[in-house]
Amino acid sequence: MKLKTLTAMTLIAAMGAPFAATPALADLVFPSLSYRTGPYAANGIPFADGYEDYFKLINARDGGIGGEKARVIECETGYNTEKGVECYESTKGEGALVYQPLSTGITYQLIPKSAADGIPLHTMGYGRTSAANGKVFNTVFNYPANYWNGASAVVNHLLDINDGDIKGKTLALVYHNSAYGKEPIRTLEELSKKHGFELTLLPVDHPGQEQKSQWLQIRREKPDYVTMWGWGVMNATAIQEAANIRYPMENFIGVWWSGSENDVRPVGAKANGYKAVNFHGVGDDYPVYDDLKKHVYDAGDATGAGDQHGTVLYNRGMYAAMLAVEAAKKAQEIHDVADITPAMMRDGMEALEITEEKMEELGLPNFGPSFKVSCENHGGPGLVTVNQWDAKADSWEQLGEYSESDMDVIGALIDEDSAAYAKENEVEEACS
Amino acid sequence: MSADFLFGVEVLLNGLMAGVMYSLVALGFVLIFKASGIFNYAQGVMALFAAQTLVGIQTGLIPFSHLINAMLGTKIHHFGWNVPTFIAILITIGIMVLFAIIVEKLILKHLVNQEPIILFMATIGLAYFLEGFGDLMWGAEIKKLDVGIPQGGNLWIEESTAFLGGDDFYGFYLDTLDIYATVIAVILVASLILFSQYTKTGRALRAVADDHQAALSVGISLRTIWVIVWSIAGFVALVAGVMWGAKSGVQFSLSLIALKALPVLMLGGFTSIPGAIIGGLIIGVGEKLFEFLIGAPFLGGATENWFAYMLALVFLIFRPQGLFGEKIIERV
Repeated sequence: MKLKTLTAMTLIAAMGAPFAATPALADLVFPSLSYRTGPYAANGIPFADGYEDYFKLINARDGGIGGEKARVIECETGYNTEKGVECYESTKGEGALVYQPLSTGITYQLIPKSAADGIPLHTMGYGRTSAANGKVFNTVFNYPANYWNGASAVVNHLLDINDGDIKGKTLALVYHNSAYGKEPIRTLEELSKKHGFELTLLPVDHPGQEQKSQWLQIRREKPDYVTMWGWGVMNATAIQEAANIRYPMENFIGVWWSGSENDVRPVGAKANGYKAVNFHGVGDDYPVYDDLKKHVYDAGDATGAGDQHGTVLYNRGMYAAMLAVEAAKKAQEIHDVADITPAMMRDGMEALEITEEKMEELGLPNFGPSFKVSCENHGGPGLVTVNQWDAKADSWEQLGEYSESDMDVIGALIDEDSAAYAKENEVEEACS
Repeated sequence: MSADFLFGVEVLLNGLMAGVMYSLVALGFVLIFKASGIFNYAQGVMALFAAQTLVGIQTGLIPFSHLINAMLGTKIHHFGWNVPTFIAILITIGIMVLFAIIVEKLILKHLVNQEPIILFMATIGLAYFLEGFGDLMWGAEIKKLDVGIPQGGNLWIEESTAFLGGDDFYGFYLDTLDIYATVIAVILVASLILFSQYTKTGRALRAVADDHQAALSVGISLRTIWVIVWSIAGFVALVAGVMWGAKSGVQFSLSLIALKALPVLMLGGFTSIPGAIIGGLIIGVGEKLFEFLIGAPFLGGATENWFAYMLALVFLIFRPQGLFGEKIIERV
């Protein structure tokens, strides 16, 4: 070996030694499987920023959770399932307490791993809907709402604006032609039988930049309402096409993954009136933002470019972090220990109760629904609201309170799907 | 006339328009392949980068502001001015020419006489680099692109054709943006054909395309030609990026429009400019009519992506070099 190479290697080893000798920090680890690159980066960045900023606030303002500092390990998935699994494998050894996979594809891959490793998953508003059955999916939680709650919320909104009668009305579902996009179909079919509306299915292939055929069909058939299960470029394209054919925007309702600023801003003024169901608040008019400003933003510690505050997806990331912190607090309370394990975190998530009083205490009044998690129900009651885009004000407006989904229909579907999973994977239904 | 027939005609017209949009992307591939035998994997990303640059300049964004802010702790994002569209387009063209020069100096120059697969791999690397570089330079957020081209169904066409059908027919729907795209594509193709047929540089381009060695032997500079070709491909990428970006905002997925160009190239041939246009039109009309007549009613819809490739494959059985591609005869 050349002397130069040997010297360089020795120097590198000497520089690395102090870090290698440092013992693992005693803190609470929350991995962030983010996607700041790739086709969905524009959506991944605000979520990841909101998620991390909230933990920074907890550390700076409260000194951590129960005296233990929270540590966020960010791992870039690029919204790619394989990379997501690699991120899980490479970070779980750090003492990860809970994973937010942030992709339905990654979630499906992580469900068996999570069960085997005993590390909980929180798939808020995405993932496997029937994971709401905690008797089968012991380590998976999807509170406060899932895809089927979203589908039911769309139909409930149609009932609200039609005096409770949508018999004979027509609803077209424009959906991403993937497992994610197909999620609401079964629920909408059941609801169409129950309420007597006619459902038309219009799949759009990935990535969804070309939707001329679908919107020509909508122009021909003139459905009374259109709902959308889209993602990424598909959303803005669909809203643009709707505007192009002069479809009434107030009759077009997307799911929460089709309801961010990124979906409406590219369309400009013509997107005015577009609606989207959602399970959390919008904008930055909440006291928690004063704390974030004081302890995080003004301290120059904002994650990323610091330009996403108050956007729908930033708020969603912040909400996910808030629910993780509250579950960790609950776990500490149950087990009377500050340095909790993933198993204890799971217990905390299963015993989580969010009330309006607690939300006010956290500086988030009316930001999200009140709900209680249990072993039987990892998904909560599925309380969802509807937002409407005001293009002039460049902001979303919440149209009403959080209201219940049709749990008679959804509950039966969850039981059926989770039972099939239990049978296929030989899982014995039980509450621990 | 029956409503179904009129709707079929409407689908056909929209298929033609969609085909023009595909052709705009395919043209960039053809230009580079024709002149250098390189299948430029980065063409889609070039469209994205060109559109990002145009919006960035237009709206007065500070390039690399995220990087500057992270390194210096500043909070700068905008210069505070807007640049008129025409000037922004000129500056963007300048940047695409600069990009072509850099590509030639840093990549192509070092790969002369290498196997085509090596050059192809180099363009894959270039695509990934440019993806990251574009995001670093202008940010990953979705940007609204407004170059003054109106969008939406053309009212005049709708109103003047509504009489053809009954009450359930509103007249033919044609997006004004697509009509503009068609006019621009016609001008672009005509200019490219005139340039390659009637200018000295155009003839040099054709000479290089026919035989590199022979062109070199008569004093044509291969490196200059490559810069010119990549610059033209950069300009075509800008046009494609503007048209597609105006439809759905300037965002990462713009780079995926290259996927729509592949069946067009397979069908039209990799070396023919008219082939890219005719191929685009056949793919556009074919996929839209198939979706309307068979896909949506019988197969559950979303047939366009795979049908485009299937259609191209059927053509390949009969014309392996594509409709307008050069027939390669190799003697043993």
